[in-house]
Amino acid sequence: MSQNSVWAVRVERVFFSYGDGQPALDDVSLAIRPGEKVALVGPNGAGKSTLMLHLNGILRPARGAIYIGGVAVEEKTLGRVRAKVGLVFQDPDDQLFSPTVFDDVAFGPIYQGLAEGEVRARVARALADVHMEAYAGRISHHLSVGEKKRIAIATVLAMEPELLVLDEPTAGLDPRARRGLINLLRTLPQTMLIATHDLRMVAELLPRTIVMDRGRIVADRPTAEVLADRGLLEAHGLEL
Amino acid sequence: MHVHFLDAYRPRPSVVHALDPRVKLVLALAFILAVALTPIAAWPAYLLLAALGFSAVLLSELGVGFVLKRSALALPFVLAALPVLVTARGAALWSIALPGWTLVISDAGMQRFLSILLKSWLSVQMAVVLAASTPFPHLLLAMRAIGIPRLIVATFGLMWRYLFVLVDEALRLLRARAARSGDPASAAGRKRAGGSVAWRARVVGGMAGNLLVRSFDRGERIYAAMAARGYDGEVRTFPLPPIPAGQRLILAAGVVLLMLLVGVGYLS
Repeated sequence: MSQNSVWAVRVERVFFSYGDGQPALDDVSLAIRPGEKVALVGPNGAGKSTLMLHLNGILRPARGAIYIGGVAVEEKTLGRVRAKVGLVFQDPDDQLFSPTVFDDVAFGPIYQGLAEGEVRARVARALADVHMEAYAGRISHHLSVGEKKRIAIATVLAMEPELLVLDEPTAGLDPRARRGLINLLRTLPQTMLIATHDLRMVAELLPRTIVMDRGRIVADRPTAEVLADRGLLEAHGLEL
Repeated sequence: MHVHFLDAYRPRPSVVHALDPRVKLVLALAFILAVALTPIAAWPAYLLLAALGFSAVLLSELGVGFVLKRSALALPFVLAALPVLVTARGAALWSIALPGWTLVISDAGMQRFLSILLKSWLSVQMAVVLAASTPFPHLLLAMRAIGIPRLIVATFGLMWRYLFVLVDEALRLLRARAARSGDPASAAGRKRAGGSVAWRARVVGGMAGNLLVRSFDRGERIYAAMAARGYDGEVRTFPLPPIPAGQRLILAAGVVLLMLLVGVGYLS
């Protein structure tokens, strides 16, 4: 426990399979320090999303253990773990399921059992963090993809998580919306794990890169080294 | 691709829009109930109810034309009431001779049919005003306030949220089909474009199945997103603010007025 608490995330020899005979996670181990910004790259089907869903206990490993801020992810700690991990899904339409933007951002804080005044303050703060203060009363369907992505990030910021886990934050954005989102991510102080194919964003934003392929971690090095290693990039279908 | 037409709400700076959604929902339901309770052929009462309905339309600033057009959408359903023309007993107005069978339209049947037509039209009009003057999230709050179980209200909310997404997806599928249903120049005049009816039906069936599978997957992802933010099967929301005294008065006055109108219907 004490040795785990210095890590924001610690994944120890995790195995997982969706039951189709193929291992989705095959002996995955990694550790992330508080405040670190880490990229998770690899081809489609490499196990990036599967790993992310393990970090807050939506999927549970067949073998191995996961610790978030020193807390083991298990049935009785799910509430605590989910409050620590802000998971932003790839398709914001999945993340924004409430009738209005306010309801969506307030969802997490309400389920944390906070009082109404505190929830409202959290919503205001989270929307301000993503520069969407004027959108509280809006209906999610009427927003652009870029706006939805920002609101999706606000929905987890309102829970004041220690760790932000983002799945393809820049996918489907036009250059301007992508630039805005990268600038926004730069301002957020939380520990960050970002799954992405956008290696230019990785180079700009994330000093450390973990490469996954076929359920295994094949590299875990400083981003500059990974991006300079042509052979590694080519072997795992990556392109700068 | 993006749809807006399903969203019935039309923002206007009117007094009807400003009314508390709970007051509006209860008044609209009370109006529809009053219309339903008014007996057949109580024309004076219908006139008063119609006047009340039109006042709501005018006050809502939605435009008479808009409301009429919207409420006309409900008219085809009135066709279901056509048989009362010939099934009700009464003095014959017309008779239609069919081979081996004579249909007799009675005066009682005609009265009943016109009453049903008028009643359904008035009810739909009020529903149109309610839906067009109240944002759907507010309607959901109002449903919760009048005691509809939270789980059902939450289900309405999700349905409304994802209906748009689903329609967008369906439109994309249709466009993809249209884009691949080309008519090669060599086939001109030989066969109609798009293949036979059976082939088209198979394509549509495939698309429906595709949509179902997509919706199922999406449902799982939405549930994961809810669980990630702490959802535990219990629907939790803020307590509702109290209804202001002035609005309570409007509510009480409206309900009493509607009761009086039903009374007029029985007296006349």
